[in-house]
Amino acid sequence: MMSIFGRSVLPPAVHPAMLAPDWPSGFWSHLIIFIVILFVFYIFMAMAFIYFERRVISRFQIRIGPNRIGPFGLLQPVADVIKILIKEDIVPNNVDKWIYLLAPAVAVVPSILIFAVIPFQNGASLIDLNIGILYVVAISSISVVGLVMAGWSSNNKYSLISAMRVIAQVVSYEIPMALAIIGVVVFSGTLSMNGIVQAQTVPYILLQPLGFVIYFLASMAEINRTPFDLLEAEGEIVAGFNIEYSGFKFALFYLTEYAEAIGVSTIITTIYLAGWKGPFLPPAFGIVWFLIKVFAVFALIIWVRATLPRLRIDQVMGFAWKCLLPLSLINLLITGAQVVFWPNLSQWVIVGVNFVLAGLLIALWSRFFKLTGDKVEV
Amino acid sequence: MVLKTETFILNAGPQHPSTHGVFRMRFTLDGEVIQDVEPVFGYLHRGIEKLAEGLTYPQDIVFTDRLDYLASMTNNQAYVVAVEKLAGIEVPERAEYLRVIMAELMRISSHLMAVGFLLNDIGAFLTPLLYMYREREKILDLYDMVCGQRLTYNYMRIGGVSQDIPEEFLPALQRLIDSLPRFIKEYEQLLEFNEILLMRTKNVGTLSKEAAINFSAAGPVLRGSGVKWDIRKADPYSVYNRFNFEVPVGVKGDVYDRYRVRIEEMHQSINIIKQAVAQLPQGEIMAKVSRVLKPAKGEAYGHIEGPKGELGFYIVSDGSANPYRLHIRPPSLINLTALRELVIGTKIADAMAIFGSIDICVGEVDR
Repeated sequence: MMSIFGRSVLPPAVHPAMLAPDWPSGFWSHLIIFIVILFVFYIFMAMAFIYFERRVISRFQIRIGPNRIGPFGLLQPVADVIKILIKEDIVPNNVDKWIYLLAPAVAVVPSILIFAVIPFQNGASLIDLNIGILYVVAISSISVVGLVMAGWSSNNKYSLISAMRVIAQVVSYEIPMALAIIGVVVFSGTLSMNGIVQAQTVPYILLQPLGFVIYFLASMAEINRTPFDLLEAEGEIVAGFNIEYSGFKFALFYLTEYAEAIGVSTIITTIYLAGWKGPFLPPAFGIVWFLIKVFAVFALIIWVRATLPRLRIDQVMGFAWKCLLPLSLINLLITGAQVVFWPNLSQWVIVGVNFVLAGLLIALWSRFFKLTGDKVEV
Repeated sequence: MVLKTETFILNAGPQHPSTHGVFRMRFTLDGEVIQDVEPVFGYLHRGIEKLAEGLTYPQDIVFTDRLDYLASMTNNQAYVVAVEKLAGIEVPERAEYLRVIMAELMRISSHLMAVGFLLNDIGAFLTPLLYMYREREKILDLYDMVCGQRLTYNYMRIGGVSQDIPEEFLPALQRLIDSLPRFIKEYEQLLEFNEILLMRTKNVGTLSKEAAINFSAAGPVLRGSGVKWDIRKADPYSVYNRFNFEVPVGVKGDVYDRYRVRIEEMHQSINIIKQAVAQLPQGEIMAKVSRVLKPAKGEAYGHIEGPKGELGFYIVSDGSANPYRLHIRPPSLINLTALRELVIGTKIADAMAIFGSIDICVGEVDR
C-alpha cells in the first residue's frame, strides 16, 4: 500500500532508476526539517530573485541598479521588506471585506505549496509524489483565484479589468502548458518530479525543444510576466489587481509574483534542464547545479521582460488558441510517435529531428499567424 | 440566456502612468472596448498667455520655456520669430545658424522622448526609454555647454541668441552627430522587426489624410497620415531654405507611421545639423535691438515647425513695452483633438498607444 507516512510513499517500482536516498530518521523529522528548509528557501530565493532581477534589469537598461545598502546592494531586498511592512495597512471603505482580506493568502499559499515536490537533489524533496508534475499543474493555477478575488473585491475598476484579464489569460494558457508537460512525461514514463530528473540522460530541452518553448511562453502567461503582463499593465490599468492593497497584504502579492517566478524556474529546471544533474560536481552538490540552472532560467525571464513590449488582450488570447495550442498538440503527436514507433532510436537522432521539426513548425506558424493587423474579438 | 451588460466609466488620470503629466481621459467602456472618451485638461493651466501681457517682450521668453518643457528651444524660437516679425528685426546670419542647430537638436531630443514614451506605453518596461535618455543626455550636455541650462534654456533672444557657442561645442556636436545615426539604427533594429511592436502599432489608430487636415493636425501626426506639410518647407523661416532635407511622410496614418516619421525626422535633423555646421558663418550673434523694445502698433503671427507640429505665436502690440495680447497655437492641443476619433472602438491598451503616438506635452496643452 502506498503510504503517505514514511518514505515509502513512492512505489519504488515506478521507475527503475528511481531510488530515494536514505534519510537519517523517520518521517516527522524529515517533514519538519524540510518544511523549515522550504520556507527558508522560499523567502531567501524570493529576496534573491528580487535583488537579481533589479540588478540584471538595470544592466539591460544601462543603469547600475541598487548598490547602496550593504555590499553591492545585497541588503536592498531586506530594506524593501522592512519598508513595505511598516507601511500603513489600509482597508478601503467599500471593499468586500472578507474576500479582500482573504485574497492575499489564497494567492500566496499555492505558490509555497509548489515547492513540496521539487527535488533539490536526488530525492531531496518534501514529498516525492508519484503524480508530482500533475500536482504542480493543479496547484500552480490556484493562485489565480486569489488574484481574481483581489481584483473583484477591491471595488475598483482598474482591478476589475485586471481580474477579468487574468481569468481569460490563465484559463487559455493552462491547456498548452499541460500539453507541453505531457510531452516530457511521455519520454520519461513517470509523473514523479524526481523520476523525471532521473530519466533525463539527455536534458529534455534537447529532446523537446518545441515543448520547452511552448511551456516557457505558457508559463510566462501563467505567472503574468512580460510580454503577457496584462494583469498589471502599468501603462493601462496602473497596477491591476493589487491597486487597493498596501502594507503586508501588498507584500504577500509581491511575494506571490516572485514565488511564482521561482516556481516556474524550478519546474523548468526540473523537467527540461535535468534538475540537480550536472557534470564536474559530486552528486552531493546537486543543489549547486540546481540553483545555477534556476538562476539561468530566471535570467532568461528577465531578459524577455527587459526587451519586449506587451501584447494586447485579444492578441494574447489569439496567441494561446491559434498558435500554442495547435503546436503543443503537434508536439505531443510527434513525441508519441517517436516513443511508440522508434523506441530504440538513439536519443541524439531524436534530438536532431526534433530541433529541425521545432524550427520548421515555428517558422511555419509565424508565417501563418501574422497577427499584424488582424483583429480578434474576445 | 441573455446576460445584462452595462457600460462603465473609467477615469484615466489626471494621475496615471500613461498620461504624461496631468491629463485625464474619461473612458466609457464596454468591457475592454472604448465606447467614448472625454479628454479633460486644464490641470496644469498657469495662464501664460495672460501673464505675458504683464511683462515686457524679452521677459516673456522665460514663459515660453515652460510651455513644452521637452522642447524649450523651439518654443523660444517660435516666440522670438513672432516678435521679430512684429518689430521688423533682422537677425544676424550666425545667430540664425545657431538657432537652426539648436532647434534641430531639440527636435531629435523631443522625438527621442516621444518614441521612448510611446514604447513605454506599449509596455516595453522602461528599457527603450532609458536608451533614448542616453542620447538625450548628450544633447542636454551640449545645451548645458551653450547656455548653462538643461531644461529651460532661455537661449534665444529677440534679434539673436543670448551667447555664442564656446569653442569646445563644435567638436562635441561633431562627435554626437557622428554617433547618433548608429544609435538610432540600433533602436530601429531592436524594434523594427519585433513582431509584438508591429502588432501593437500597425493598423492601430488610423487617421486618414482628410481627417488629419480637418482636425488641422500638424507635425508628425499630420505627416504620419501622408500629408507632406512642413513649415520649414512650406513657409521657410530662419535659413531653412538653404538646407537640403526630405520631409518624411507615412502611408496609412497609424501609430506605426507616426513612429516611423519621428525616426526618419531624426535622421533628417542630423542631416540639417551637418549642413548648418559646415555653413556656419562668423560674425555677430545679436542684432541691434533697443533695450526697451516697443514695437509699433500692429499684429504678427510667427510660426515654426516645432517637434510636435506647427507652433505659432500671435502677438498684438499697442505700441507699449508689453504685448497687448499674446496667443499661442499649441500643436499638442490641436493634435489632441483627433484623439476622440482615433480612440473610439479600440481597446484600452490601444488607446494608450494612440495617446502616446500623438505625443503631447501637458505644459503646452494647458499653457
